[in-house]
Amino acid sequence: MTLSQFQVRFHGRGGQGVVTAAELLSVAAFYEGRYSQAFPTFGSERAGAPVAAFCRIADRQIRTRSPVSRPDAVVVGDATLLHSGDLFAGLGTDGYVLVNTSGGIDRPALDRRLAELQTERIAALPATELALRHLGRPVPNAVLLGGLAALCDVVSLASVQRAIAERFTGPLGAANQAAAAEAYAMVAHPAELSGASPD
Amino acid sequence: MLRQIEGSQAVARVVAACRPQVVCAYPITPQTHIVEAIGAMVKSGELPGCRFINVESEFSALSVAIGASATGARAYTATASQGLLFMMEALYNAAGLGLPIVMTLANRAVGAPINIWNDHSDAMAARDAGWIQLFAESNQEAADLHAQAFRLAEEVSLPVMVCMDGFVLTHAVERVDVVTREQIDAFLPPYEPRQVLDPSAPVTIGAMVGPEAFEEVRYLDHARHLDALGSIEAIAEEFAEVVGRPCGGLLSPYRTQDAELIVVALGSVLGTIHEVVDEARDRGARVGALGITTFRPFPLDAVRDALGGDARLLVVEKAFSSGFGGVLSTDIAMAVEGAPSRISTVVGGLGGRAITETSLRRVIDDALEGRLERLEFLDLDRGAVEAELARMAANRRSGPVAENMLRSLSASARRTGGGRP
Repeated sequence: MTLSQFQVRFHGRGGQGVVTAAELLSVAAFYEGRYSQAFPTFGSERAGAPVAAFCRIADRQIRTRSPVSRPDAVVVGDATLLHSGDLFAGLGTDGYVLVNTSGGIDRPALDRRLAELQTERIAALPATELALRHLGRPVPNAVLLGGLAALCDVVSLASVQRAIAERFTGPLGAANQAAAAEAYAMVAHPAELSGASPD
Repeated sequence: MLRQIEGSQAVARVVAACRPQVVCAYPITPQTHIVEAIGAMVKSGELPGCRFINVESEFSALSVAIGASATGARAYTATASQGLLFMMEALYNAAGLGLPIVMTLANRAVGAPINIWNDHSDAMAARDAGWIQLFAESNQEAADLHAQAFRLAEEVSLPVMVCMDGFVLTHAVERVDVVTREQIDAFLPPYEPRQVLDPSAPVTIGAMVGPEAFEEVRYLDHARHLDALGSIEAIAEEFAEVVGRPCGGLLSPYRTQDAELIVVALGSVLGTIHEVVDEARDRGARVGALGITTFRPFPLDAVRDALGGDARLLVVEKAFSSGFGGVLSTDIAMAVEGAPSRISTVVGGLGGRAITETSLRRVIDDALEGRLERLEFLDLDRGAVEAELARMAANRRSGPVAENMLRSLSASARRTGGGRP
């Protein structure tokens, strides 16, 4: 696949690891021979405070340093953010959305832009539940990357796994890899996803 | 070695590969990741022959570096913002004593109001302290410039400050070819000091100098700075031979050939500027860019050559001198004949506000159409400014400006249901 530029914006809360998620995505893309750039919205880090992070992936050097204002994909690490702020600003009708929620996503009620998205480009993933089950901690970043790899095919699960393994060693790495793999399967085969239909 | 790596980590690895003997620092955002990483390398034994010295302030950090350097050790420190200002007295001493200390400045705004985000007001505050100041455009350049900085500092006996945009570069993860210890060893000889505190051959360093010789000592500083211009070019060329890619030097021109407008800037905003220059070229507008890699010493002749002709000049600056205007643009005006009528200064990106393609596109279009004032403020919220001016005119006890601005912004965000992204 050739890629002029694919831009991802992650929204989450301090402590969920969304900055790390953006970094790991950039590392996964690097493993696939692409150029990539990840950076956070820089702030005084506080647990629970809204945080955004960005990742750009391209087949040529990425020069721009401005925040991602027209994302191709938006990843929402905490569903309680959905009603605060304009998470989907700049998202086109061919965009992708991945939301960490144990419930479904009420698309039209949430945002008219979500109603315009193709059904297969929007996914709900119980990422915190998966993280708790695999890691024993509510840190859904690696899980979300597994889901994102299944949703938009911009990096492979194998590259995501490799990036996770490089960052987290030992049992933590293995648990994150397992969680990401399960997330990948859930998003790739949504019919088997219980209680989290996209609509 | 090609890596996908955070800018701070890349810089830490290159600094370590340069085999510093004393590293001392006091933590301050956004520089902290760099010295943390070097500290970890010292502790793990990965960096033998290096002492990491914890100090209680930035003033002490640079003072320790000065002492270490005077005894012949290769010394490194890093800071930002208020930390640099707290070093100010020692900054002048390091330069006046001719000690080749290398420092990373993770550029950050200076308070008040307190702000941890990126702009260039810290570097500008130290502009006249006698340090060589190099500005990195990307993390590749930030990493590479550190290797060149040690070589340069020791060759010309002057301290070198490598400026990299805080957060924008320090916290960005991107592809960097991190030079190896072997490459550094082929490029950077062991430090041979011109002067050294050595008990077996005692000398005095830092004597009081009266009016009979102070001007001469200062002139020699200036002469060394001018000599450094040649060294910077030669070192950049030699570095390029060792690593197989260009980096550093005095300037970085981009599509300036036949340009009718040249955008001049320092640091990481050049990447975004290059994107906008390419767009403008695609639609037939003759626009180019000039990056000033070496800001002190200022390469007057090279800038004059690069900006010759009659192109309009748009200087984009992340700092300014209150009550006057642009800092870099003043230097550009010194270099270029007929400059005052050709230059517009756009101040932007203050305190971490993003300089976006959209905003740059707009000022470039305005510059091409001759619609720019001599000094403009990018994306300034005029409504908020006017409201505060009106409040101040109406009420003597109008209160603290910064807090008033925050209150009026949050009130307007409530009215419109959104805030500044």
